[in-house]
Amino acid sequence: MLVEGIKSRPVYGGIAIDPFARRHIFALEGEGALALLDQKPALTATMLNRSEVLYVAAGPKGLDHDLALAALKPDRFWQGPTIETLLFRLRGSLSAATMSTRLYISGREGFIGQCMQVATDMGMDFSSIPTEHRGSLARRVQCVHCKGITDDVRTSPFKCSHCGLNLLVRDHYSRRLGAFQGVNVDAEEPGTAPQAEELFA
Amino acid sequence: MSGGLAIAVRVSRIDTVAANIKRFRLVRHDGEPLPVFSAGAHVIVSMDDDGHRRRNPYSLMSAPHDTSGYDISVLRVAESRGGSAFLHEKLREGDALTISHPVNLFHADKRGRKHILLAGGIGITPFLAMMAEFDRANVAFELHYAMRSREHGAYWQELVERYGAHRVKRYFSAENDVLPVASLLHNQPLGTHAYVCGPDRMTDFVLRTARECGWPKSNVHSERFLAPISGKAFDAELLRSGIVVRVGDHESILEAVEAAGIDAPYMCRGGACGQCETAVVACNGVLAHHDVYLSEEEKASGRKVMICVSRFDGTKLSLDL
Repeated sequence: MLVEGIKSRPVYGGIAIDPFARRHIFALEGEGALALLDQKPALTATMLNRSEVLYVAAGPKGLDHDLALAALKPDRFWQGPTIETLLFRLRGSLSAATMSTRLYISGREGFIGQCMQVATDMGMDFSSIPTEHRGSLARRVQCVHCKGITDDVRTSPFKCSHCGLNLLVRDHYSRRLGAFQGVNVDAEEPGTAPQAEELFA
Repeated sequence: MSGGLAIAVRVSRIDTVAANIKRFRLVRHDGEPLPVFSAGAHVIVSMDDDGHRRRNPYSLMSAPHDTSGYDISVLRVAESRGGSAFLHEKLREGDALTISHPVNLFHADKRGRKHILLAGGIGITPFLAMMAEFDRANVAFELHYAMRSREHGAYWQELVERYGAHRVKRYFSAENDVLPVASLLHNQPLGTHAYVCGPDRMTDFVLRTARECGWPKSNVHSERFLAPISGKAFDAELLRSGIVVRVGDHESILEAVEAAGIDAPYMCRGGACGQCETAVVACNGVLAHHDVYLSEEEKASGRKVMICVSRFDGTKLSLDL
């Protein structure tokens, strides 16, 4: 069960290297590494000398991409243990960045949303940031009742990991929170929630 | 009437502020306060020049929160089609005019952390209101103001006095002082927005330089009002009205349509806003698109025309109007 057709659902247009940018920062998660590796013809020595690659592994297919990314020999390659450490590092890189810096984000939706939060908080316009969705469709969802956020949600409805309510996942997305909205589906008659369907494998 | 509800105003004061530039203060005829506007907004001023109706857009330059009156500045254009000549030579204090409600096609991005304003000549006007707003909100800004000479430039002394020489930089071409666009746009911190208002060549140059400096499009803003360009006279058939109007050599299609008593939609009258977009039903000839609204593909398709500035050269033009 999914509520679709809501305008706030983000669209990920895909990554293309901006030839005019003087500095490129790539925030990549798991299979998102492939979004950069697939740019091969555009990955010239000059371009890579101006690039900073921030990477966090994720998912079974995410393994070993770190070796391929490091082999590109960008100006800086950094691998972090968690999304949180990557976000901290990203904030640091952007705080010293100029207007000619382009940020590219690729990975799962929850990762893209959280990087986007950091970037817009640093004054970047979301429309100036190329994004590419790679990896699982699992969602990051906010419970609109208790405000708790649950990562890697694969089904709808699902049980809120904070307050335990049965939440229907809507396409309603909050850029501010970097999360989809989950709304209690059996408020009138608790226990009558429809069967959970795996929609976001 | 198109262009929003009209407001009857009176000219309460006229000042000469520089060579060829006059400032007009407009107050409401009934003494009521004018609407608060947002910095960057303009109004369409309607003038009755001996029975000839002229309508021109002018940026509001007074402080946006000042509702007691609006200030506009007008450059006397040498090849004026009549508007600036009328305002400069015929209009007197106490005279009546009609203005539209303010419309903003050039607003500051409030999410910006720093704003760089690039003005060329009379293009300073929207920035006067913007700076008042930035200053009031304590937001970082810089003005880079290019002028022909000290005599031709308006307001620069007051601006330096009010905002300080560190925020107001001026460049006089008569003194071979050139606005260093590229070095200015390099190394600006993330979250900076740039705005340009001035002659076409300056606007084009700034947009191109910003692109080459790696700036994203979303952070570069421009406003240009184009006076309708003169050309050969032609006929335009208005299918819905069932008439043919003659568009004179110094007239726009919109003006000819209005002179025929037809209320066509418009807003900026300068090829920028898209309000007067009109479908072209038949076109046996060449459309001369002068607007900055339609995309290159739309212009090439020949199915739409912005009647406030664009022209036609050919044997038959039929519009859905």
